[in-house]
Amino acid sequence: MNAREAILARVREALTVPGPGPHQRAGEMAGHGATTHTAPPPRGSLPVLALEAARPWLPDGGATPEDRLALLADNLGKLKAVFHRVPTIHAAQDLLFSIARERDWKRVAWHAHPLVEPILAGIPCATHRVDSAAALAADLATDSTTPKDALEACDAGITGCDALVAQTGSILVSSATCGGRALSVLPPVHVVVATPEQIVATLADAFDALRERHGSSFPSMLSFITGPSRTGDIERILVLGAHGPKELFVILVG
Amino acid sequence: MPPHPSPTATPPGPHADPSGDAERGSHGAKKRFLHDAREYVRDTDHRAFLRRALAGYCATRDGQKARYRDWEHARDAASLAKWNAVNRLDEMLVRFADAFEAGGGKVHWARDAAEAREIILGIVRAAGAKAIIKSKCMTTEEIHLNAALEAEGYGVVESDLGEFIQQLRGEPPFHFVFPCMHVRRGEISKLFEEHLGSAPTESPEELTMIARRYMRRLYVEADVGITGANFLVAETGQISITENEGNARLTAALPRVHVALAGIEKCVERLDDLAVLLPMLATAGTGQPLTCYNTLYGGPRAPGECDGPREMHIVLLDNGRAAILADPEQRDSLQCIRCGACLNVCPIFKNVGGFTYGTTYQGPIGSVITPHLRGLGDWNHLSQASSLCGACTDACPVRIDIHHHLLHNRRNAVRAAPNRLERMGHRMFAAVAARPRLFATGGTLFRRSLWFLKKLRLPLLRDWIASRDLPQAPARSFRDQWRHRAPPAVARSRPATTGSDR
Repeated sequence: MNAREAILARVREALTVPGPGPHQRAGEMAGHGATTHTAPPPRGSLPVLALEAARPWLPDGGATPEDRLALLADNLGKLKAVFHRVPTIHAAQDLLFSIARERDWKRVAWHAHPLVEPILAGIPCATHRVDSAAALAADLATDSTTPKDALEACDAGITGCDALVAQTGSILVSSATCGGRALSVLPPVHVVVATPEQIVATLADAFDALRERHGSSFPSMLSFITGPSRTGDIERILVLGAHGPKELFVILVG
Repeated sequence: MPPHPSPTATPPGPHADPSGDAERGSHGAKKRFLHDAREYVRDTDHRAFLRRALAGYCATRDGQKARYRDWEHARDAASLAKWNAVNRLDEMLVRFADAFEAGGGKVHWARDAAEAREIILGIVRAAGAKAIIKSKCMTTEEIHLNAALEAEGYGVVESDLGEFIQQLRGEPPFHFVFPCMHVRRGEISKLFEEHLGSAPTESPEELTMIARRYMRRLYVEADVGITGANFLVAETGQISITENEGNARLTAALPRVHVALAGIEKCVERLDDLAVLLPMLATAGTGQPLTCYNTLYGGPRAPGECDGPREMHIVLLDNGRAAILADPEQRDSLQCIRCGACLNVCPIFKNVGGFTYGTTYQGPIGSVITPHLRGLGDWNHLSQASSLCGACTDACPVRIDIHHHLLHNRRNAVRAAPNRLERMGHRMFAAVAARPRLFATGGTLFRRSLWFLKKLRLPLLRDWIASRDLPQAPARSFRDQWRHRAPPAVARSRPATTGSDR
């Protein structure tokens, strides 16, 4: 018997002994933490899906577009990300260029995206497109490390996003549409450009947006970015920029 | 260029091998636990340091919990998501494996630690790896992967800051979520000075930047990246990785081979389950709304994508988990999402420290699962190291009945190896308690001789009173006091403070 069959056989054998049903709070009177077991529902069916059971109780995602925008801005601020809202692509350009000049960026990396391309046109520094035809054709396995080195040397990464999540202040990026895997984590600064229509209320809504966009064949990587990279490993003191970006900008256009 | 050597570790300290399975018999583990606990308890400075760090955790976590419209109901739902997967684990594993392989990755199955090590070594050999970068993964600690890789001459560097510090110190993690929470910044500065040649500094920020700079070349040059997985999504065949630093993102982006190791219990059925579990893991674990990076990987670099590994492997590890599943009473301990909340609130953890446990998984949940993963006889003493206060059960976001499981373990251990002396004591007590006169006489004798018994230092009593003060014996028994109590004062209003009316 191979390992797969052996493990599955052990698991099946173990599950022939029925266990108690899912935990439920014992009731308001019993106090916090007290739990009881409900009777187990038949195998393969749940009385209610976990998400549906949780939905009314999870942190709020905002009922109206205005609520969601306010919540998103508030959450991004708490996460120490920098949030800007600008009326036009032109204004976004002005903002980005001033950040570039102020920080003396030499080279920024980007990934083709309908919103990124026009904003980046005319930026006062060199640009490095990570999904150039050459990069797409390259077999990174046999190729030298040059593409990684080029990206590592960039001062910032500029991407779009698949969704912004008001509930948590998260930015959803994917390997297919928003920078591949490294662009949003390797350079020390990450700039995200997005439109207000991309704001969704909750994580569950972001999953819905993904399904709508990609059907069932998702990009190989989907990542929820919630604030700039951080660590608390030294004496539980917060430090930004552990391995990923130290700074995260979100520019909302429109 | 020569392969990256592992950062040279200091000679292993007294706690270097958390398992010591081989050399430690059932008595050794317990003896060392008692010894280490005694030592740590005396270090009041360090205990205060630990308490301060954990007090900060509690404050931020409570602030975050307040944003849930109802945390307790949300816990029910999170528990339901994991309960569903654990109780249909065979189906989940098959669905996950099929879906993951459809995405171009390869699934490997490992019955035990040795098999998992062999599989990963095989992948590393086939890749002709020169340098390996690793992101934090407790399951790799469980199978002692680094030692196996180093024994074959592979350099492997831990990229998570806490794990990196522990690697340099030659120590296992102190806490499975906060690996180096016991280390003071001055010690880290010295460590970096010694191993990385950096200038001394007291600033956590500068220390973090030293590690950041050191690691950047390694990400670019590593051939193989090894990560864990927090969840395996059966519906979509994706693995989910939760982290804060971005090191796991980089580990799964730049090397040409990505290997993930996960226990079989990590399954969830649906992607939507993560909309519940990811925020709750972050809130319970570190008091965040969501950790910084929550990433789903469905396979290697896909056509049309500009980077990512050429190969992706996932190793599914049993290593005793099916044995937990076979015990319906403790099956729910497989729902654990390793948030570490039960450690952070545990009075025992705060007072004995993480190393004392001598296990991969410390704290209350570690005390529940370790006897199953390593054999009840050897690790039963961990279940005695509990005040049964239930703080762990209260803290658990997936409602594992942790402190009752510690009781179950105690019961099972007694069944397996009855303690004759204890049983005799209970029988004697039962015999005396059933005879009121004998009970009264015995009580009087005991009250009068208590001061003397203290001085006698009888073998059993000695251990008990070594760290506790025995109370003063009351002059009169309860029954006597009850008999001569004042008649109930019906009309008289009592003073607000009680305690003076005896």
